[in-house]
Amino acid sequence: MSAVQAGAGAAEATVRSAEPLLEVDGLTVRLRVEGAQRSVLRDVSISVSPGEAVGLVGESGSGKSMTARAIDRLLPRGAEVSGQIRFGGADVMALSGAALRGYRNQVAMIFQDPRAHVNPVRRIGDFMTEALRTNLDVPPGEASRRAADMLGQVGIADGARRLRQYPHELSGGMLQRVMIAAALLTEPKLLLADEPTTALDVTTQAEVMAILDDLRREFGLAMLFITHDLELAAAICDRTAVMYAGQIVEVRESALLHDDPLHPYTAALSAARPDIAQTAQRLAAIPGRPLSAFEAPDSECAFAPRCPHAQDICRAENPELIGLDGGLSRCARALDLRGRLLPGHLLPGSAEGGHADA
Amino acid sequence: MSTAVPLVTVRAPHRGGRAVGMLRGTGPAGVVSAVVIGVATIVAAIGPLLAPYSPTLPNLALAFVGPTGGHVLGFDYEGRDVLSRLLAGAQSSMLGPLAVVIGALLAGTLLAVIAAWRRGLADAVISSGLDILFAFPGILLAVLAAAVFGAGLPAAAISLAIAYMPYVARVLRGAALKERSQPYVAALEVQGASATTICLRHIVPNIMPLIVAQATILFGYAMVDLAAVSFLGLGVQPPAANWGVMISENQVGIPQGYPLPALAAGACIVAVVIAFNVLGERLFEQAQARQ
Amino acid sequence: MRLAFIARRLAMLIASLLVASFVIFGALYLAPGNPIAALSGGRSLPPSSLRVLEARYHLNQPFLAQYWHWLSNAVHGNLGISITLRENVTTLIASRIWTTAGLVLYASLIILVLGIGMGLLGGLRPGLLDTSVLVSSAVSAAIPSFVAAIMLIALFAVKLRWFPALGNGTDLLSNLRHFTLPAFALALSSLAIVARVTRSAIREEADREHVQTAVSRGIPRRQLVRRHILRNAAIPITTISGITIASLIAVAAVVETAFSLNGLGAYLVTSAQDKDLAVVQGISLVLVTAFVVINVAVDLAYAVLDPRVSLGSRAT
Repeated sequence: MSAVQAGAGAAEATVRSAEPLLEVDGLTVRLRVEGAQRSVLRDVSISVSPGEAVGLVGESGSGKSMTARAIDRLLPRGAEVSGQIRFGGADVMALSGAALRGYRNQVAMIFQDPRAHVNPVRRIGDFMTEALRTNLDVPPGEASRRAADMLGQVGIADGARRLRQYPHELSGGMLQRVMIAAALLTEPKLLLADEPTTALDVTTQAEVMAILDDLRREFGLAMLFITHDLELAAAICDRTAVMYAGQIVEVRESALLHDDPLHPYTAALSAARPDIAQTAQRLAAIPGRPLSAFEAPDSECAFAPRCPHAQDICRAENPELIGLDGGLSRCARALDLRGRLLPGHLLPGSAEGGHADA
Repeated sequence: MSTAVPLVTVRAPHRGGRAVGMLRGTGPAGVVSAVVIGVATIVAAIGPLLAPYSPTLPNLALAFVGPTGGHVLGFDYEGRDVLSRLLAGAQSSMLGPLAVVIGALLAGTLLAVIAAWRRGLADAVISSGLDILFAFPGILLAVLAAAVFGAGLPAAAISLAIAYMPYVARVLRGAALKERSQPYVAALEVQGASATTICLRHIVPNIMPLIVAQATILFGYAMVDLAAVSFLGLGVQPPAANWGVMISENQVGIPQGYPLPALAAGACIVAVVIAFNVLGERLFEQAQARQ
Repeated sequence: MRLAFIARRLAMLIASLLVASFVIFGALYLAPGNPIAALSGGRSLPPSSLRVLEARYHLNQPFLAQYWHWLSNAVHGNLGISITLRENVTTLIASRIWTTAGLVLYASLIILVLGIGMGLLGGLRPGLLDTSVLVSSAVSAAIPSFVAAIMLIALFAVKLRWFPALGNGTDLLSNLRHFTLPAFALALSSLAIVARVTRSAIREEADREHVQTAVSRGIPRRQLVRRHILRNAAIPITTISGITIASLIAVAAVVETAFSLNGLGAYLVTSAQDKDLAVVQGISLVLVTAFVVINVAVDLAYAVLDPRVSLGSRAT
């Protein structure tokens, strides 16, 4: 066993706490698209401990949403899944019948576009209490009472009246709060939040995020929070994982992610976000476009074509995840680049003297 | 570095050469349908010349005789060669729907574009008017016209065009409204182009794929309705050759055990209508995908 | 919000009927020659009859007054006299209306049961069943009613002798036998359209995101299909069923003629050939009213099924 692999083993042990709630192990998913099998996830491994919030960050096509869907068993027909997903020790992919329903009660998903994800012809009350009445045999009156209470918790007043309304009578922000409330009603242990605020306008985003964060902590729920916004994930999650081209490329404690990234892609994401406190002559951007999993060759590092630090070793083979300083990085040059991946120091031609604080 | 930046690129109007591309995009079913339609058109154009025997001269001695010798489809109720009569009948069977479609499209496009361009009161008035026109099913209007003006193809064709016009206008109005709100229209307005120019040279060409799709689908419906009116004896009058008329005049043969003439005419109608329906639907999907 | 929609729709109903009746009445003046010539249908009548016609139609009064008289008479059930049969148009209509109504009803049942049924099967179970539904509906949608009529007569009445070819029946049971082939001829192409729309509506709903939400909460499949897919698909399915049933009213004329049924449609056609204008106007009024009423009923059903509807008319 090489030093790097030993380091990786030790690092993974420290990064993962004891007895994780959710364990994703080597998840590889291929979807049938237009007759061909396309890779969307490649060897994804991540774990979430009880009460822990883990962020999953990536651009379009990185596979972050697909990971959540795989965990929730919402993949489309004809999907090939290999690897393991374990929840509370049980193999999720093998569940069926009552056990599967029980799993679905314990894992609640919050979707991105609330207006598309709530049935428009049924009342809010019907939507919220459906799972309670069907799966948990809660009598309708009691279910409505709990729903109205939960609405109050997410900041919607006059819950009883709202329950009688239809989705089109509520704004996007309110509808998302309803979705969050509905998710919490079955008392789940894990929340899968798939870009819950992306479809909302900026001020509403902040409100809804605050509610989500507060309630999660109050109920002690674990959360897998999916977003394209690195800063947002870092703000509310304990750990953050970054995905690129269907693979995990970095896992790090959120506090360290911004100032001490372990992977060039993470550093580039941080740098690309405009900072209101700094002036720059030009917005930093990563050249090229993000690759989807099926476009990335298995023979080299997927980020190499766009990476300013790429060298021959990066194009020799697809790097493994290496453990470093309590985090994980899928960079062949991770050890070399240690400490040099600070924002502003990596992009060729990025504003010299543009940053106020180097 | 130049600071001049074009805010909006004006979309160039479509050209006719795209027709081939559109056709190829409809898949094998669409191409087969187009071929069928092409054949029917050719027959409609030169049918009477192609007919091996006279389509109109009766010979009662041969009434309802089955297929023999050079008469592959046998004889009809008046002893005329069925195949010849079918070939000759293609003309009125295809020309009638053509007139209906042209009429409905012209009127419908005009109203749709005016309603979409003016919006406001004009749109409300036109839309309400169209809603009211929906109250008249095509066949009913054609029968009413026949009662008033006498039986015949022109009255039937005009009434069907009027009855179809609201359907065309409704679909095109939606598309025209979408075009209207595109940035290039605003750009053209700012540059001083007149309403007529913008509508005729930009909006209409850009919704042309939808217009063509509508025309194709409509042709199928018009063919069915006109054949029905002729079948009822209120459209094309016998002894003129027409597929709808042929069904009605040869219907008597069916209980007597001679269904071929009537069924042959029916088959022609069905084949052409299927072709128009299939092609029209494919074109419609294509047009919608572009939007 | 929905009340406003319903009120608007009812107002459109009245407006449609007024305009339709205006057009039907106005046909009198569109005809070549003067109204008297149109009413007598090209026959030469004795002066006494002509005077009776003039008085009945108030021909000496302004156009709008004539229209008003005609319309108020019609609403009270007086539709004039047939010039060929010398009888009350209303009586003539009444004796034939049940034939047409029965035919349309029978055909509607076929469309709803077979059309929606086949669409459901095709939509919920992909595979061979679905493909066969698609193909058969594509073909039958293109078969016009009168072509279907002669095909059915040739096969089932003449060759197989299962059903009679022509005419009305005498009692309920024989009526069913006589009306079966006509009902199928009438229903065939509409059935195909309803089956296809049902199938694609169900397919579309099954792919919608809100169904995913329900799946992610572990809602059992049967309940999922019933409460989320079918309930939502009911909107376009009801709309297309209503529209096609309304269109049966006009096409019934063709089928009645083909099967020699003694219905309103066939009578309309013969009166048009005979140029018996009073009868044509009377029957047109009845048929248009039925057509408009059914369309409005469809709109109202849509408003009930879809809580999102506000002021606009239903989208097609």
